[in-house]
Amino acid sequence: MNKDIDTKQKNTRLVRTLVLVAVGMFGFGYALVPLYDVMCDVVFKKEKPGIPVAAEEVSYKADKNREITVEFMTTVNQAAPMEFRSETKKLKIHPGEYYTVNFYAENKTDKEMAAQAIPSISPGPAAEYFKKTECFCFTEQTFKAREGRTLPVRFVVNPEIPEQYKTITLAYTFFDNTEKSVK
Amino acid sequence: MSAVVAEHDDHHDDHDHGPAKGLLRWVITTNHKDIGTLYLVFSLAMFFVGGGMAMIIRAELFEPGLQFVQPQFFNSMTTMHALVMVFGAVMPAFVGLANWMIPMMIGAPDMALPRMNNMSFWLLVAGVSLLASTLFMEGGAPAGGWTMYPPLMLQTGKALPFAIFAVHLLGLSSIMGAINIIATIFNMRAPGMTLMKMPLFVWTWLITGFLLIAIMPVFAGAVTMLLTDKYFGTSFFDAAGGGDPVLYQHIFWFFGHPEVYVMILPTFGVASTIIPVFARKPLFGYSSMVYATASIAFLSFVVWAHHMFTVGMPIAGELYFMYATMLIAIPTGVKVFNWTATMWKGSMTFETPMLFSIAFVVLFTMGGFTGLMMSIAPSDFQYHDTYFIVAHFHYTLVPASIFILMAAGYYWLPKWTGHMYNEKIGQLHFWLSAVSVNILFFPQHFLGLAGMPRRIPDYAVQFADWNMISSIGGFIFGASQLLFLYIVIDTIRGGTGEKVTDEVWEDAHKHGLEWTLPSPPPYHTFTTPPTVIPTEHI
Ligand code: HEM
Ligand SMILES: [Cu+2]
Repeated sequence: MNKDIDTKQKNTRLVRTLVLVAVGMFGFGYALVPLYDVMCDVVFKKEKPGIPVAAEEVSYKADKNREITVEFMTTVNQAAPMEFRSETKKLKIHPGEYYTVNFYAENKTDKEMAAQAIPSISPGPAAEYFKKTECFCFTEQTFKAREGRTLPVRFVVNPEIPEQYKTITLAYTFFDNTEKSVK
Repeated sequence: MSAVVAEHDDHHDDHDHGPAKGLLRWVITTNHKDIGTLYLVFSLAMFFVGGGMAMIIRAELFEPGLQFVQPQFFNSMTTMHALVMVFGAVMPAFVGLANWMIPMMIGAPDMALPRMNNMSFWLLVAGVSLLASTLFMEGGAPAGGWTMYPPLMLQTGKALPFAIFAVHLLGLSSIMGAINIIATIFNMRAPGMTLMKMPLFVWTWLITGFLLIAIMPVFAGAVTMLLTDKYFGTSFFDAAGGGDPVLYQHIFWFFGHPEVYVMILPTFGVASTIIPVFARKPLFGYSSMVYATASIAFLSFVVWAHHMFTVGMPIAGELYFMYATMLIAIPTGVKVFNWTATMWKGSMTFETPMLFSIAFVVLFTMGGFTGLMMSIAPSDFQYHDTYFIVAHFHYTLVPASIFILMAAGYYWLPKWTGHMYNEKIGQLHFWLSAVSVNILFFPQHFLGLAGMPRRIPDYAVQFADWNMISSIGGFIFGASQLLFLYIVIDTIRGGTGEKVTDEVWEDAHKHGLEWTLPSPPPYHTFTTPPTVIPTEHI
């Protein structure tokens, strides 16, 4: 009987520890969120996808001998009620030179709309050489009912970009953020 | 049973009675054998529910074009099939075996926490029922795949919060089950049953228990983030709010990779228990088996991103996850070597449990090899999200985990019921399963290499032939499992009528304490600890 009580105590202690471990691991799941950012920034020096920030306007020495094709793509997330297109589909550029291209977005509803554009560059490793100094993707855009707007993007490709990259695709996705912005 | 009642009159309320009368017995029971039975019966039922979904999938894929179901429902079927099989069939089956066998194997009177044991079972039932109820909700059951990747998963209709809550319940149930098993193994062993004398099934479950406690909360966290992203305006994974969907994949696979080992480690344990008995030799390399299990479990925490080679990780990440994944093949190879060496020059007999175990060793190894192929990051770009990976994980789960669960059923049914199963039908079940499982899954390697994506209801005609063969294999496999159902019911009701001995299998008493008990064992066993510890399995 003494042994019984002993086992009971041992069980309680063990259960308490194991429950603590489980709770701790739940927290660890959440800790992975900031940890992921740290890994991206510090260890891999890689820009995390998401809302980008403007690059500083630096003057590079343009490389007139090289030509890179930049393609522009537009998508609207989950059939959001918008029109969104690029006025230029394709552009041949020289690394080191600045270019401006125009996009067009229109709110198709009768209500005010907040939308956020997220860029994506492929191939991925080319992204760090592709600098945007002006972009509608840096902040959330608000559109009045039925409003349509031209949205410029100014960019440069760093001439240090390795030879192998001949085509770069810049794709934007517009997310309808109206509901989240209201909250 | 009355003999047992007369023997003991200590103060524990659940010790001085036999089972409660009537159906209520199964609701309120805290007896490890009853709860083990509940888990096993429930998982067998879910095996057929999940199997039914697989039959719908294979019927739709029998020919190109849309035949029977709509794409949305098809995707619900692949999602629900996986969730039901993983959380409703395989995991509960092993918890059931743990409940029945661990106390009897380590000479304990019951599980350490009998009331919590009852609660974890009923939470499981609640979780799976909630999950199943999403099939009838507006917008349909979840169809974003069992991995629940956002943003796709967030397009689920009304079912989303219910599916997520179901995951919470299932996680809670698993964690409670794991705590119970660990407490039982640490605190309830009979005197003399040192850790390194425990049967390997007990060892593998001890390690699996720790895996579960470490990973289920992380999974619960990931789905909670999905929930708040959808309903409470957070942006963990929502790119428009500064989040990143790839983050979800990291969190999910931090859980997901160890999760596949939760399903395979107890499988290893049962195989290591059965093979020595029918080879009539001690297990080869007992301690190396223990260390291999522990290293597999440890490594499983540091390889998760091999599921994400194509998301655009930095090259250093790709390389690290590639080499770390390859490392897992070493302890796994040790195990396969040990099982083979155990059979080497043994006086083998080929009863149904042994047949299933041998098929496991061979076919699991094939699944391991395709895993190794996919661990090579540059090659995986071709295999990823094709039928090749479907073939890989079905080889590691069906002719491995499921076959070993079948083997366990045949091996222990005579002990549990006191009746012998019908060996002829058992062998028929084995041969039908072993042949059809290969007709079912082997062609999927070819389909994947040729580029057929997974999770699609319709496909290019170039894939037609192998899909038809695969479906035919699937129908034979599905139908063959009805034999198992028949055998289980038949055995419970008397089987061959032959009275089985305590040890059932020749010299089994040398391999485990459970064989020193009567068949069937009385409601309460080892209320006084056993004195002799068998060590032949070491
Ligand atoms: C030597 C051992 C193993 C290696 C090297 C290995 C490697 C891999 C790799 C690289 C993938 C990702 C493939 C892709 O998505 O492109 C994968 C997927 C998978 N593996 Fe394994 N594996 C091994 C053993 C196992 C075992 C033992 C199980 C289960 C019992 C398992 C279950 C799975 C599952 C379920 C998936 C697919 C998950 C999904 O995307 O739905 N694997 N494996
Ligand atoms: Cu994995």
